[in-house]
Amino acid sequence: MTEAAKNAGARELEFAILRHNPADPDSVPREQVFTLHEAAGMTLFIALNELRQHQDASLQFDFVCRAGICGSCGMLINGRPGLACRTLTADLPRRIQLAPLPGFELIGDLSVNTGKWMRGMSERLETWVHDQALEQLDIDALEQPMEPEQAEAIYELERCIECGCCVGACGSAMMHEDFVGAVGLNQIARFRLDPRDKREDADYYALVGDESGVFGCMTLLGCEDVCPKDLPLATQIAFLRRRMTAAVIARG
Amino acid sequence: MDIIHTDVLIIGGGLAGQRAAIGARRRGLDPIILSLVPAKRSHSAAAQGGMQASLGNCTGGAGDNEDVHFADTVHGSDWGADQEVVRMFAHTAPKAIRELAGWGVPWNRVARGEHEVVVDGKMQAMEERDAAHGLITARNFGGTAKWRACYVSDGTGHAMLYTLSNRAIAEGIPVHERMEAIALICDGERCCGAVVRNLANGKLLAYTARATCIATGGFGRIYRVSTNAIINEGMGAAIALETGIARLANMEAVQFHPTAIFPAGILVTEGCRGDGGLLLDGAEHRFMPDYEPQKKELASRDVVSRCMEQHIAAGHGASSRFGEHLWLDIRLLGSEHIDTRLREVKEICRYFLGVDPAHELIPVRPAQHYSMGGIRTDSSGQSPHLSGLFAAGEAACWDMHGFNRLGGNSVAEAVVAGMIVGESIADFCASPAGDLRVSSALVADACAAQARELEAIAEQRGKESVYDLTLAMQDTMTARVGIFRDGDNLATAVEELAQLQARARAIGLRSNAPGANPELVAAYRLRRMLKLAQCVALGALQRTESRGAHFRADYPRRDDARWLRRTLCHWDGGERPQIDYEALDVMRMELPPGWRGYGAKDYLPHPDTEQRQRQVDELAQRYSDNREQRQEALMPFLHLLPAHLRAPNQRLEDTP
Ligand SMILES: Cc1cc2nc3c(=O)[nH]c(=O)nc-3n(C[C@H](O)[C@H](O)[C@H](O)COP(=O)(O)OP(=O)(O)OC[C@H]3O[C@@H](n4cnc5c(N)ncnc54)[C@H](O)[C@@H]3O)c2cc1C
Repeated sequence: MTEAAKNAGARELEFAILRHNPADPDSVPREQVFTLHEAAGMTLFIALNELRQHQDASLQFDFVCRAGICGSCGMLINGRPGLACRTLTADLPRRIQLAPLPGFELIGDLSVNTGKWMRGMSERLETWVHDQALEQLDIDALEQPMEPEQAEAIYELERCIECGCCVGACGSAMMHEDFVGAVGLNQIARFRLDPRDKREDADYYALVGDESGVFGCMTLLGCEDVCPKDLPLATQIAFLRRRMTAAVIARG
Repeated sequence: MDIIHTDVLIIGGGLAGQRAAIGARRRGLDPIILSLVPAKRSHSAAAQGGMQASLGNCTGGAGDNEDVHFADTVHGSDWGADQEVVRMFAHTAPKAIRELAGWGVPWNRVARGEHEVVVDGKMQAMEERDAAHGLITARNFGGTAKWRACYVSDGTGHAMLYTLSNRAIAEGIPVHERMEAIALICDGERCCGAVVRNLANGKLLAYTARATCIATGGFGRIYRVSTNAIINEGMGAAIALETGIARLANMEAVQFHPTAIFPAGILVTEGCRGDGGLLLDGAEHRFMPDYEPQKKELASRDVVSRCMEQHIAAGHGASSRFGEHLWLDIRLLGSEHIDTRLREVKEICRYFLGVDPAHELIPVRPAQHYSMGGIRTDSSGQSPHLSGLFAAGEAACWDMHGFNRLGGNSVAEAVVAGMIVGESIADFCASPAGDLRVSSALVADACAAQARELEAIAEQRGKESVYDLTLAMQDTMTARVGIFRDGDNLATAVEELAQLQARARAIGLRSNAPGANPELVAAYRLRRMLKLAQCVALGALQRTESRGAHFRADYPRRDDARWLRRTLCHWDGGERPQIDYEALDVMRMELPPGWRGYGAKDYLPHPDTEQRQRQVDELAQRYSDNREQRQEALMPFLHLLPAHLRAPNQRLEDTP
C-alpha cells in the first residue's frame, strides 16, 4: 500500500499559513493555523478551497488548471517550492506549512506576482525566435523541415511552465534581485538550440554573460531539485556557462 | 477613476486573443490584452493532443486536404456548423500551423522509414516517405478520415501559447494581467470598451477602445465535473449577454469529453485513443466496437461519451469508492511511446491517480469539456448585433463547430480566428464606423453602475453562502443538463436555476477584506454564470431534437425539418433569457445534411435536402476536373477571407 493510501481519511490536518494582505494597511505578516479533516485523494488545491469556503473567505491563493500544467500555484510547502495543485496531503506530515514563493512581489497570502516577473524576464532575454526572414515568412509554402530529434530536444526545454519554483529555491536569486534564474537561463538554452533562431553566442553573451546571468549561478542545484517538470536545469546552465566562456574568449 | 484609451481592447490572453492582438498590431494599431491570470497560464496552455491542419505529410495523413477537413468538421458538427466558416477555417489552418512553425513551435516531425504503430488494438508497421522527412507530422484523432492532428508531444497548447505570447511580447503588445472585464461599455448601438476590476487590489477602472474583442474562452465551470481550468467561468460571454444587445448562440451545445480521469475530472487527451489506446469496461472488455463497429473508440466525442454512459448505466462499469467509471488502456502503446508522446498524461496519472499508465489502466468517465456556443459573430468575427464588438476562440460562436467540435479543431480555431479577426478589427478601425466618440459621462456611468453593484453585494448581508449556491448550480447542470437530457429534467433545471438566481440576491459575504477579496469575486461571477446556465438549460429544453452533443432521450432523432436552426439568446433585463432562432439555409450548403458516418443513422430530413443534394451532385460532376470552379459553383468562400490568406496551400505532392 502506498503512503498516500495509508494516510487517507485518518487525520486532522493542521495548516499553518503565512497570511498578509498588502491592500490592507492594518495587515501584518502572521501565521494562521487551520485544522481540516483529511479526505481521500485530497490535494492542496482541494484543501485550500475547503479552507476558503468554510473557514476563512479572505484567504488568497492562485489556481488555474489544477492539473500541474499552467504553473500558477507554486508556493512553499513545508519550506520547499512546489506546485500545490498536484501535491497530495497524504504525502505530507500532519502539520503543513504554507508560505508564498519568495523572490516575487506579494499580492496577498499565498498569491505572488510571477506573471510580472516572467514578462520582465522574457523582455530582457528576448525569448522569441530572432530571424530577419520572418518578415517575409511564406505561410502558403511547405514548412522548413527539421530533424525529428531536434524538435524533441527543443520541446524538452520548452516544457518549462514559468511557475517560479526554481527562483524560489535559488540562493543566487535571493541575493541578486536581477538574477534571471534557472527559468531565464533555460530559455536561452532553448532558443540557442533552435535552428530557427539566428542569434549567435555573442548575442546570448550580451544577454546573460554576467553576474545577473549565467555567471551569477552558484551551482547550488536547488532549481533542478524542485523543478516540477524535471527539466535538466543544472546541466543546461553548466553547458551554457561553458559556451558563454568560449564566446568571450573567441571575442578576445 | 482611471480611464485607459486604446485602439483595440482584447479581452483574453489565450491563443485567440494573442493572435488577434498580433494581427491588429501588424496593421499599425495599438492593442491592449486583458487577462485574469498571467497570459501564459490561460487555459489554452492545457491543450494536450493536437491541432488539426490538413498538411498530409505523414503516411496516415496522405491524401488529406481542405476538402476532407471540411467534410470531417461538418459531419462532426452534425450539420449545425456554418459551412462557409468551416471552409474559411479548413483553408487557413495549414497557414496557421506554418506560421507557428516559423515563430518557434517545436512541432513533432515525420521520421522517414518504418515505424510500429498501434491501429485498432494491433501493432502494425507503417512506412514514412523519404520526401516527408522533417516535415510536420500528425496523429489520429476522433471523427477524422485522416491523421491530421499536428502535435508537440502532448503539450501542444503549451508550446503554441508560449510561442504566440512570446511573439506578442516581441511586438511590444502589453498584457494587463489580473484584470477582469466585468461589463462592456455600450451606448446602445456601439461597444466602446469595458469596465475592468483589478484582481490584485480590487480597484475599478475603464478602458475605452475603438474595437473590443472578447476572447475569454469557455464556460465549463457552470458544471460540477469539468476538464476546464477553474477560471473558465464564461465571464466574457456573460458581459456580452448583459449588454442586452449582443447575442449568444447555441448555448445548449456543450461537449463532454470521453476521457477525464475519475474522479478528479482532469483530462487525458484524445491522442491516447488516436495513438491506439482502447476503452475497456469493468470486465476489461473492449466495448466500443459493440456500439460503433466502424469508428470504434474514434467516433466523435459526443457519440463515444454517450456510449460510455449508456454502458455504465447497463451495469458494465468498474466501481470504486467514488462511484462508477470505465478504463482507458494505453499499456499497448509501450513505455517508450508514452515517455515521448504522452508525457503530460503520464505525469497526470502519476500525480493524481498514483497510476503508471504504461502498466496500469486509467480510470476515466466523461466530463464537461468544451463550449460550442458563445457570442454570435458573423464570418468576419464581428457581432452582427452590436457594432464594435468582436469575438474569437472558444468564447465565440463563429460557428464552425455546430453541435459538436472535433478534437484538435479548437486550438486550430483559436489561432485561425485570431488571424482573421485581427484583420477584421483593423478593417473596422480603418472604416468610418471605427471612429470612436465616447462621452465621459457614458464611461463614468458604466463604472458607477458596476461600483454600485459590487457595493450592493458586499452590503446585502443575507444568509446564503456563495460557495453553496455555486455548487448547487453546478450540480443542477451536471445532473439535469448533461449528456442525456429530457424535458422533465430540463424544465426542473430551468426552475432550479431561477431559484438560485433569486437566492443569489441573498448572499452574505463573510469577508470584507480590502483588496482582491476572492469571495466577492465568486459572488459577482455567480450571478453571471447563472445567466449563462439559464441560457444553456432553456435552449436545451426548447430544442426538441438530438443533434451532436445535445441529446434528448425523449427526442432521440435529429430533426432537420424543424431544427436546422441556430439558437440565439439575449437578455433584455428580465428574469429569463429570450430565445429566438436563425435558420441554416440548406440550399446554400456545400454538404447537404446526411449521415455522419458514425452515430445514429435515422434523422428527419429537411424538405430542401433532396433538391440541394441533386444540385450539388450535378455541379460536382460538371466541374469534376476543376476544383476551383467546383468550389465557386458549390459554395464560394475565399472572398470572405482577408486577401493575404486566400492563396492555395502547398503540399508535398505539389512540389517538383
Ligand atoms: C484539458 C483540455 C485539453 C484540451 N486539448 C485540446 C487539444 O488537444 N486540441 C484542441 O484543439 N483543443 C483542445 N482543448 C480546447 C482548447 O484548449 C480551447 O478551446 C482553446 O485553447 C481556447 O482558447 P481561447 O483563446 O479561446 O481561450 P483561453 O485559452 O481559455 O483563454 C481565455 C483568456 O481569457 C481571459 N479572460 C477570461 N475572462 C476574462 C475577463 N472577464 N476579463 C479579462 N480576461 C478574461 C483569461 O485570463 C484567458 O487569458 C482542450 C481543452 C481542455 C479543457
